[in-house]
Amino acid sequence: MNIMQPGPFKAANYKSDVTPVWCPGCGDFHVLLSLTKALAELGAAPENVALVSGIGCSSRIPAYTNCYGFHGVHGRSLALGAGLKVARPDLTVLVMSGDGDGFSIGGNHFLHACRRNIDMTYVVMDNRVYGMTKGQPSPTTEPDWDSALSPGGTGLSPFHPLVIALASGANFVAREFSGDIKGTTRTIVEAVRHPGFSFVEILSPCVTFRPDERAWKTQTHVASVEATDDPARAARRIMTDDGFNTGVLYRGRRKPYEHHVTDRIVDPAILEQEFAI
Amino acid sequence: MMPDKASNSASRSILFAIVGSGGAGALTAGAILLEAAGKAGWYGIMSRSVGPQIRGGEAAALVRLSTRPVDCMAETFDFLIAIDWRNADRFAAEMPLAANGLVIGDPANGDAPDAIVGTGVNQAHIAMKELAGSLPGGRENMIAAGLAVGLTGLPIENLTSVIASKLAGKGEEAIETGCKCVEIGSHHAGLLEKSFALETPAASQNGRWLITGNEAVGLGAVRGGIRFAAAYPITPATEVLEWLAPALTKVGGALVQAEDELASINMAIGASFGGRPSITATSGPGLALMVESLGLAAAAEVPIVVIDVMRGGPSTGIPTKSEQSDLNIAIYGCHGDAPHLVVAPLSVADCLFTAQWAVHLAEAMQTPAIVLSDQSLGQARVVIEQPADVAFIARRELFKDAGDEIYNRYAVTGSGVSPMALPGTTGGQYTADGLTHTVKGIPSSKNLDHREQLDKRYRKIADFDYGNHWAAIEHNGAAGTHEDFTILTWGSLTGAAREAMVTLADDGIGVRLVALRLIAPFLKDKFLAAVHGSQRILVVEQTHSGQFHQYLRANCDLPGEVRHFHRPGPQLIGPTEISTQIRNWRRS
Repeated sequence: MNIMQPGPFKAANYKSDVTPVWCPGCGDFHVLLSLTKALAELGAAPENVALVSGIGCSSRIPAYTNCYGFHGVHGRSLALGAGLKVARPDLTVLVMSGDGDGFSIGGNHFLHACRRNIDMTYVVMDNRVYGMTKGQPSPTTEPDWDSALSPGGTGLSPFHPLVIALASGANFVAREFSGDIKGTTRTIVEAVRHPGFSFVEILSPCVTFRPDERAWKTQTHVASVEATDDPARAARRIMTDDGFNTGVLYRGRRKPYEHHVTDRIVDPAILEQEFAI
Repeated sequence: MMPDKASNSASRSILFAIVGSGGAGALTAGAILLEAAGKAGWYGIMSRSVGPQIRGGEAAALVRLSTRPVDCMAETFDFLIAIDWRNADRFAAEMPLAANGLVIGDPANGDAPDAIVGTGVNQAHIAMKELAGSLPGGRENMIAAGLAVGLTGLPIENLTSVIASKLAGKGEEAIETGCKCVEIGSHHAGLLEKSFALETPAASQNGRWLITGNEAVGLGAVRGGIRFAAAYPITPATEVLEWLAPALTKVGGALVQAEDELASINMAIGASFGGRPSITATSGPGLALMVESLGLAAAAEVPIVVIDVMRGGPSTGIPTKSEQSDLNIAIYGCHGDAPHLVVAPLSVADCLFTAQWAVHLAEAMQTPAIVLSDQSLGQARVVIEQPADVAFIARRELFKDAGDEIYNRYAVTGSGVSPMALPGTTGGQYTADGLTHTVKGIPSSKNLDHREQLDKRYRKIADFDYGNHWAAIEHNGAAGTHEDFTILTWGSLTGAAREAMVTLADDGIGVRLVALRLIAPFLKDKFLAAVHGSQRILVVEQTHSGQFHQYLRANCDLPGEVRHFHRPGPQLIGPTEISTQIRNWRRS
């Protein structure tokens, strides 16, 4: 986390004039709004924020902001973000992803990003479907969800990102619903401020391929208990809740990754002594 | 049986092997002998032949010492010292002995296997184990090192001083025992009435270095400005990363161990996007995983350097042994049209220059550069003259906050290079993208945008001034003005080609060498000028399918008559094989 003074910024200062590719009603519009509000509240100047993403509807988000952005290849956004943060610890780095990008093709990087605990924030817009490729099941899709690619459903047990994040060592774990602008904004602010790797899963409906997800508006509810710093308790709670508890669920105390590139200027000639005979 | 000692006149180059099962210390013995030879003023190269086993497999130190700098192994061995004969069949074919060569074994291990002895080779027995056992803590490999000292005429004090520094942490007693073993070994070599003495060395001008190709690549990269590395271990590239880890820390940089190669290349891209010159190192299987993101770096115009220390392929192939067969994937691996740089060091020492140059090129052109080293360079250790520091350092064209000016990250410029804004720069915000984009970086599927950006990326690489570093163009000076032959090769085979040229010059056969350091882009005009007038061209490469030959043919029409000498690894193409190809061609 970088210490930031509240700046003269408003959410609008973080928006670009690029028109999103998202469908009308897409939950990601709300995530974009909450994100820009959070950045304004954090007071980070747009040029000191970098948003890194992979491929998919949600990964389009960097270009819709006025921050520095990197829209990379499918599944590797956490690695891009890790390299950037280690190289430039002065920046506020947020990695923006979706359930296909982050949990399927990028699943391995998710585990190791949690372990590595680099001070950055990972926001996954989970709509439980591949939207950009027009409706295939993702790792978080229900087993009986019918689609052309998996007729009758995959029959596979859904991936549980929050528990996996906890088990892998993430230092901050939260769930939000995109429609709850206030809650999502507050959680992103807190996630960015929390040292180490912060993971925020945002349930963000795909109104085109998962119209049933409109019901999330009434199904989601703010967690009735305070966040814990005990991963075992947090895991038990997340495993036994209805999947719609929102808010910060876990705040850890692990030491963030601490090997960064510095601005020190050192003559590499010091490395040559070992070769002289 | 032994020839008379007086009949062995001092030579300018000798090649020997110390073999043993893994853990016997053969590699250590070879390494200290090489360093001692460097201290004595000789040059040398040591490669190792090891099996895939971590311990207990075969291990051989192949050491060539010379009065002049050497860039490759010779093909026949003057002597071989076997600490034991376990797994000897695995390396026998790699180290044929010269007709008057010598094999020394331990009588406790029986005679040398037939595969080693061949015809006309002298055999001697020295009880290395027993001699070592006579001293508490004595080791056979130090007896073996002593034998090599005695046979080569290497001053024993050079060896004992290396031992003293290597064993400094183990106490006086260990040093004394080590030195004693060497003395005993040397004494017994003197009883053999056989010598392979080297000529007295010339004095060093600037002092000498002892360095491996993998270390040299690392040092070149840091000299060039690299301050971030992402690492995933893979044979035979791991030493590049292990050298960089502490080195980067010392110069204020950082190395991150990644979870796989997909992550390591993306970490490097992310760090470079942040403005830090960045690198990763791998071998064929890792490069295959990185290829998609190489295209991203090309499209988003983010400089990175990828070191590929090639090994036998495809698939897992032969991890511990060399081949040049990643040429195609390095040039053509990316989908779409993704202009990037492919360079190859021409010797172990040149690993330093080429890696440093690669950083400079990548940064100047904001594109990925692949450095094609290979196991024969990377894991070889050489004694060289201390290399000069060339002036190549990373210089990226950057956008500076200019007030109200509208910034276009991917502005179409004459050179094709557009000033890059680094995060933190006010007014420079943009989103780097693998999607086809406009000059501002906004995703676009328009014909014009696609065309304009492809043209620009192509132009910046095609029009760059590579100076005269793109190739080594040499002539062996024989046969007056008439050149009989041209050798076309690239990368690690340059050393063998150079040495072949020297022996051919002794026979009055004129040979020109064109060895490519810059593989891609292919500089057609410069290349055709370099091979102009060639009557007979021999293309030499270490691949099964002839990838380099096909690449040359795809890019130009070669003049004169062309022959092609190629084979896959692991057996390296050597200087005598190349000169024989040319001698036979001349006779035909």
